[in-house]
Amino acid sequence: MSHKITIAAVYESLEHVMDPEIPVLSVIDLGMITEVDLGDAGVHVKMIPTFAACPAVSYIQHNIKTTLENELGVHVSVEVDKQVHWQSNRMTPAAKEKLKNFGIAPPKVLTGEVNTEIMLEVPCPHCGSEQTYLRSPFGSTLCRAIHFCKACGQVFEQFKPLE
Amino acid sequence: MMNNAAISDLIIKMADDELIQGHRNSEWTGLGPVMEEDIAFSSMAQDKIGHAWALYRILHEDLAGPDPDKFAFLRPEKEFKSAHLVEMPNGEYDFSLMRHFLFDHAEAIRYESLQDSSFEPFRMLSKKVKGELKYHTLHANAWLMQLSKAGEESYHRMQQSLNDTFALAAGLFEASPEHESALIADKVYPGEKELFHRWMDRIYPLLVQASLNLPDMKTITPVYGGRQGFHTEHLQPLLKEMSEVFNLDAEASW
Repeated sequence: MSHKITIAAVYESLEHVMDPEIPVLSVIDLGMITEVDLGDAGVHVKMIPTFAACPAVSYIQHNIKTTLENELGVHVSVEVDKQVHWQSNRMTPAAKEKLKNFGIAPPKVLTGEVNTEIMLEVPCPHCGSEQTYLRSPFGSTLCRAIHFCKACGQVFEQFKPLE
Repeated sequence: MMNNAAISDLIIKMADDELIQGHRNSEWTGLGPVMEEDIAFSSMAQDKIGHAWALYRILHEDLAGPDPDKFAFLRPEKEFKSAHLVEMPNGEYDFSLMRHFLFDHAEAIRYESLQDSSFEPFRMLSKKVKGELKYHTLHANAWLMQLSKAGEESYHRMQQSLNDTFALAAGLFEASPEHESALIADKVYPGEKELFHRWMDRIYPLLVQASLNLPDMKTITPVYGGRQGFHTEHLQPLLKEMSEVFNLDAEASW
């Protein structure tokens, strides 16, 4: 059965698995997939959570398995890849655009370690102004921070940069 | 050849600190002085418990240790290796913030050192945790500065909380008499004494910036005992509450 499946087909199917906390982003957009293997027993996918304590990990694993099994008709196993850790730079530019349109400011590109400066003057996803300040490094989920835009007077969330 | 008993001992004390501090952080949920702080302590609680879980998993998967949930929730108090600092009740917000500042910098130093560990699971985990801890120390530093410069009463309360927590925080660096030399020799980590010095070098300039004075080191006796299973009266009630739901049905699948 599985000989008909291609790696490309698996990746295409993975684009249909959305993040439960940010439903406009797929596991591919977020850079959560580290490896796809085709074997005699079926498809084996390796993935990584964004934050270590992400409560959605087992839910996402389950969604990957059921979506792929439904769409490709093969047995799928999913495991957490311990050799790779998630960094916000893994997010694709297209994903950052989708995130912004969803109302969440994307993380700035990290060139080194996270520092205070990278959390300042984050462009407001509503009006685009950089007249913003960090209100709290913690938000409604582990991966978000809260900012305030002085130009449009709105509170907004940002997907945090992670090194 | 790795000394598994020594590594397990180190993992358990790190994980227990994270679990108990995580539980204390969670006690601010719904009670924070402002909404952002409520969210911050709740988020840090989630991170800490996640880090504890990752450590218990290393114990389980790499060192043939027990099931992580059962280990976290069913152990008697004597078998916990958490430091007294994390067991203390939250008290007023100044105490909680100062503990958060001292504890999270100590953790950051520890995980940074584990990037060079000879024990591979530590190297992998430390990369992940180190990045997440940045937000904890960023948060702690911001409030340390703000509240130390927010008028006389605020300044005095911050200084008082530093005086009250410092000996407890120094107790985080309690070495195991049995395992410490093996862990250092095997390059698992640099040892508690070295970590203590690195921690002092990290917090000192921040405290100076906040115009806070470290207590005279000659008058400080680090509060030890937690690593050996001797705890304050505050741990047992915490464990009872923490494991209440789990104990309703220890075999339940979540």
